[in-house]
Amino acid sequence: MGSLKPADGHASDTGFFVTQVDWVVNWGRKNSLWPMPLGLSCCGIELMAMIGPKFDIARFGAEAARFSPRQCDLMVVAGTLTWKMAEAARTIYDQMPDPKWVIAMGVCSSSGGMYDSYSVVQGVDMILPVDLYVPGCPPRPDAVIDAILKLQKKIERERPFQLLLEGDAFDEYDSGTKRFLRAPNHAVPTTRSHEVLPPAGPRERA
Amino acid sequence: MSTLERVAAALGGVAHQSLEMRDGCPSIRVSPEDVLAVMTALRERAGFDTNVFVTAIDRYPEEPRFTVVWAFLSTTHNDRVRVYTRVAGATPRVASVTGLWPGTAYSERECFDMFGIEFEGHQGLKRLLMPKDYDHFPLRKDFPHQGIEPDRLYRQWDTRRRERSPLRSESEA
Ligand code: SF4
Repeated sequence: MGSLKPADGHASDTGFFVTQVDWVVNWGRKNSLWPMPLGLSCCGIELMAMIGPKFDIARFGAEAARFSPRQCDLMVVAGTLTWKMAEAARTIYDQMPDPKWVIAMGVCSSSGGMYDSYSVVQGVDMILPVDLYVPGCPPRPDAVIDAILKLQKKIERERPFQLLLEGDAFDEYDSGTKRFLRAPNHAVPTTRSHEVLPPAGPRERA
Repeated sequence: MSTLERVAAALGGVAHQSLEMRDGCPSIRVSPEDVLAVMTALRERAGFDTNVFVTAIDRYPEEPRFTVVWAFLSTTHNDRVRVYTRVAGATPRVASVTGLWPGTAYSERECFDMFGIEFEGHQGLKRLLMPKDYDHFPLRKDFPHQGIEPDRLYRQWDTRRRERSPLRSESEA
């Protein structure tokens, strides 16, 4: 058995007990994500399709959509977020208990999309930390289900017990770019095993 | 009796600049100070009982800069009429017609919100779509489409929020 607190305090060098507790906690968390459906416009319809029987995210334990943020841990921002709505969206995020994750569904919430406009937030990461961005206008429900599976992979790599010992890791706000960056503990690795490189373009072939 | 004739009869003796058919719709051009008199005649003598919309056209940098347009519908005669007036860019101000058509209150608020046209006599002319403290008029031609500091009001609110909850303030400041 390893000690509760790693001797040298190094993040990756945790003991057997700690990693096993982490594994159990993560297993519980990833298989019972409760989504907060923040359906703001057209993407909300695809979100409903995803929760409904045809695509059925109950298969991944994430069907219990609750309209109270106090009962949720996965916020799905589905739709165009305006600056006027941003205060409400941030309040809902703040009301969700930790640990919580955010999926930006559709190009509108990922980057503002086609609304390069005075009234639309150019990506919800200007007001909240985002874990996963799903491209598409709207993304197909399968794409969002894929995002949930990726989020499950991401949750597997978290170290909840270690966080308990070392204190919380906050999400950083970069005032230069006006964007939130996810705290290091939540970071997605830069390469993914199934990543497929795009074929070389004409300029590279020549 | 055609619509044009009915409108012309109703406008008899009321000051207006021109009355002609445009795109199959009688269009009345009035000067800003005669708006209320013309509207009263249309409502009371020509039977135009419904307001369809109130909007404006920005002809920046021409002067007078704004054209304010009203469209009315008569539900008894099933025809329409259009009224327009040119107002100066510095003080875009016309009379409100909420006394004749109470339903124009929202259209006038929207027109004020988007173009900054002031409707005199409107009870409660305030922002309709944009936030309360917003200080630009987005549909004016000199307004950039990406806005001027679009996140200003949100950041103000966000600062107050972080002051209320000191727990998160260190990292997100
Ligand atoms: S990404 Fe497309 S479908 Fe989704 S909210 Fe924006 S416009 Fe609508």
